[in-house]
Amino acid sequence: MSVKELLKSHGTPPREVYFDLENSPFVPKEVVEEMLPYFNKYGYGNPAITHKPGWEAYGVLLEAKEFIAKTICAESPEEIVFTHSGTEANNLAVLGIALKNRKRKGKIVVSAIEHLSVTFAAEYSSKLFGHEVAVVPVDEDGFIDPEIFEAYMSKDVFLVSIQTVNHEIGTIQNIKELVKIAKDYNPDVVFHTDAAEAYARLRFSVKDLGVDLVTLSSSKIHGPRGAGALYVRRGIELEPVIRGQISVEKLWPGAENIPAIVGFKKAAELAFDNFEENVKKMKNLRDMLMEGILDRVPDVLVNGPRGNLRAPDNVNVSFLYVEGEALTIELSLRGIYVSSASACTSRMLEPSHVLLAIGRKYEEAHGSILFKISRYHSEEDINYALENIVEAVKRLREISPIKGVKNE
Amino acid sequence: MSKMPLLYSPKVLEIFKNPKNLGKMEDASVVAEAGSPACGDIIKIYLKIEKVDGEDTIVKASFESYGCAANIASASILTELVKGKTIKEAWNISWKQISDELGGLPSIKYHCSILAVGALKRAIRKYYKDRQRPEWLPEEETPEEKQALEVERLIERLYKGLEQVGT
Repeated sequence: MSVKELLKSHGTPPREVYFDLENSPFVPKEVVEEMLPYFNKYGYGNPAITHKPGWEAYGVLLEAKEFIAKTICAESPEEIVFTHSGTEANNLAVLGIALKNRKRKGKIVVSAIEHLSVTFAAEYSSKLFGHEVAVVPVDEDGFIDPEIFEAYMSKDVFLVSIQTVNHEIGTIQNIKELVKIAKDYNPDVVFHTDAAEAYARLRFSVKDLGVDLVTLSSSKIHGPRGAGALYVRRGIELEPVIRGQISVEKLWPGAENIPAIVGFKKAAELAFDNFEENVKKMKNLRDMLMEGILDRVPDVLVNGPRGNLRAPDNVNVSFLYVEGEALTIELSLRGIYVSSASACTSRMLEPSHVLLAIGRKYEEAHGSILFKISRYHSEEDINYALENIVEAVKRLREISPIKGVKNE
Repeated sequence: MSKMPLLYSPKVLEIFKNPKNLGKMEDASVVAEAGSPACGDIIKIYLKIEKVDGEDTIVKASFESYGCAANIASASILTELVKGKTIKEAWNISWKQISDELGGLPSIKYHCSILAVGALKRAIRKYYKDRQRPEWLPEEETPEEKQALEVERLIERLYKGLEQVGT
């Protein structure tokens, strides 16, 4: 099968709007330009080696740590550990703590809607070390009920991992409250939060939240892939989960990806410049898209909460009676790039665990579409998307043998 | 499990853009479907059957589909394949033939062409339910029919299992 022929058949739509920031970033020019010198002009050395290009690399690595530490109110830049992705940071958090506790029986508590890099890492720990994994359920909007959470706490819980913001449905969890509950039970419990979806879109302070480990990811904030970070509060001990030559990061062997780290920092700087304005813009566009869909397309369910407890960049809806993969292709032909949590796009023939956890039926999950809004989108983009969503859904519903009451 | 890129052949995309024989058929001789909303895959086919030179022949076929691009393309190509064929000839169409006609489906999408053939075989069985069963039509379910039913059952089992976990 030829990709070239497939792309030729697809053609280039007259206008293109990229909403699939969940699965891969759009990296703006300013970020790319910032990265370029670090490939061959400056700081291209290994930051652990004693020569000029190495020291230059070490210098920018420290600057990036300082900047990122400041943005989450960490005490010291040393608390920032670079990995090469958010998935790696989540694995380091969960398995790093699990390894430290490998000799004891104990429990790891996660929510039912964690990123799979947390869920699978916890399951792996259970397989390797016999740790028990307890999965806290969520309500129909993805929220954890503090009382239910409390029922999962016990003295043998050594790690809790709960996302700050859900990557699919945008639920903003009350982490501070959950940390308090967990630490009241056992002050030694390690609390990890995957904040990859929260960073640079919500302001938070690691001190205020009281968390011990926090995952951040470059690719979720318009930075390049190849850089992630784990905040490790001073005093928290964990073990590396991969083995190899230590460079600067003791917890993540291998040479640091300096150009990606530089891009990560630049992307964070851009997001934190005019932070309030950026977030306000995203919220406006988010509401414009979501309300527009609800106004113009019948039989649509919103996945996740509405209002202030929804991430500013998240629009996730289920178009009933159509299948999500077909819709991603129909929208792609129109230049609108989105993703679906349908079974057909998962390659595993099962829809997303997040949508099932909030009580969506299979047929509702199959028609789900995720849009991620960014400050680089415009009102014209949203209007163009809306027009095409209306037509695309209409076309696929015409093909479909199952129809809603309204369509019959 | 390694993820396979869902790379479709250009033919699948072309048919997705312009499916043939789409929609309900008011004067269909028989209608049948395979799949379920829970699977995210339904193929419904409509056949118009008439005697041509003394043989039961499919003179018209159309479809409706709820599913992915492979599902829509499988159903569309099936209606093209059966048109003008005797029912006996249509009975022998295999899912592999459909996949081949589409330029080869990704393996994870084989079930779409299995469902398409399942819907066709179901329609043919249904057509002969109140008529004299021709000799070539096996009395017992064939492996391909079972396969199509198995796809439906598998997903439904999964679905029920998860519902129980959820309660």
